[in-house]
Amino acid sequence: MNIQVDLTEVDNRVTGSISGEIDAHTAPVLREKLEVFQNRPSLEAELDLSEVNYMDSTGLGVFVAFYKALNNNGGHVKLIGLSSRLKRLFDITGLGEIMDIEAAGKGGI
Amino acid sequence: MVQKIESQYREILKQYIQMQSEQNLYEGQNFSRKLIAENTSPEDVISMHKAALQELHEEMPAQVWHSFDLLIEMMISYGMALQERQSLIKRQEELRVEMDLAANVQETLLKTTLPNVSGLDIGLLSIPLRKMNGDYVYFISDHKRYAGVAVADVIGKGLPAALCMSMIKFGMDTFNSPNARPEEVLSVINRIVEKSIDDSMFVSMFYGNYDAETARLTYGSAGHEPAILYRAETNSFFELHAKGLLLGVAPNVAYGEYDVQLNENDMVIIMTDGVTEGRNEDGFIEREVIFDLIEAKKDQPAQTIAQHVFNELERMQNAELKDDFSIVICKKI
Repeated sequence: MNIQVDLTEVDNRVTGSISGEIDAHTAPVLREKLEVFQNRPSLEAELDLSEVNYMDSTGLGVFVAFYKALNNNGGHVKLIGLSSRLKRLFDITGLGEIMDIEAAGKGGI
Repeated sequence: MVQKIESQYREILKQYIQMQSEQNLYEGQNFSRKLIAENTSPEDVISMHKAALQELHEEMPAQVWHSFDLLIEMMISYGMALQERQSLIKRQEELRVEMDLAANVQETLLKTTLPNVSGLDIGLLSIPLRKMNGDYVYFISDHKRYAGVAVADVIGKGLPAALCMSMIKFGMDTFNSPNARPEEVLSVINRIVEKSIDDSMFVSMFYGNYDAETARLTYGSAGHEPAILYRAETNSFFELHAKGLLLGVAPNVAYGEYDVQLNENDMVIIMTDGVTEGRNEDGFIEREVIFDLIEAKKDQPAQTIAQHVFNELERMQNAELKDDFSIVICKKI
């Protein structure tokens, strides 16, 4: 059970990738790394989840909190590289409709 | 009292020095349990040993007695660590009692009665991973025509999840109507939940309302795992897709409302992700596995089917469930 979070920030734009499993044990690690950025005004974030092989509702909670925080501060979150399992999770929860997500294997919009 | 203990110890020590038998050692072990029960600190035990030895063998050289004094000094911090541990155990016990009380309150609060409407057989199983259940199953029925079933899953487990679900109960109770419309139920509860919970928390919920006169189930979902429809005629399974955002994410959400006609022996199965997200060494337990389990018992009462699904999934995961587990099976009979 492990997670790796690599984030870099250039000009108020955060990009990075997350790999491993996001569950109740690892979600606090991710939350802590994202919280660093969540109060910045107009921050753009793009996170690549293509190496995430498992995520449960606790993980979803971390992204929801991050999404809400950035949205409230005029920023934007985009999640890319979602596996079909992750995509399904966002779709059935209705989050896929309000958040900017992109499944793996697709180019730009 | 102290003197009595000291003389008992002296006797045990004397016997042991003379004979060194297993029996003597055994007595020593029993005696130490007694000392622990009386909260005797390690340094006191060594002082007692020193005193007893002085009485039995005062001829021993001074170096031996000095060495005991050093040992006694060293044992003082062990004694403090022991005390700390004992107060932690006491605190833990207090917390356990409090958790038990909370679990009892939850049980009373969330008590629900299976609807008794003609033509519908309902089976229910909701098993918490820990003491408090983060899943919530609630029925509203007039026990004549309508049977409303709500299945909710609060993100996370344990106490915070359990506290959150009382909101859902009160939301449901405000309707106090056995045929409340799913879109309305979900949007009202969403408003309550959204106001009251933390940004990283949310709830998924399925709400369905069965009308025994028409044998139709009207349902809606707030980001919940799709319910499963089993069609007896074709012996096949379908997901009942429903659009709707999780509860607690945004303040004003419109929820879709759908319906499905149930024929004899059809079933609607509503689950939480503790059922569908099972994993074993080979990876995820796929939905088809659950379908097979249901199909194997399809001619049995709904409760038997629910129990079978639980037993088998638990067995596949070596009796180690990772989440609260809830399943409701509504079978048209």
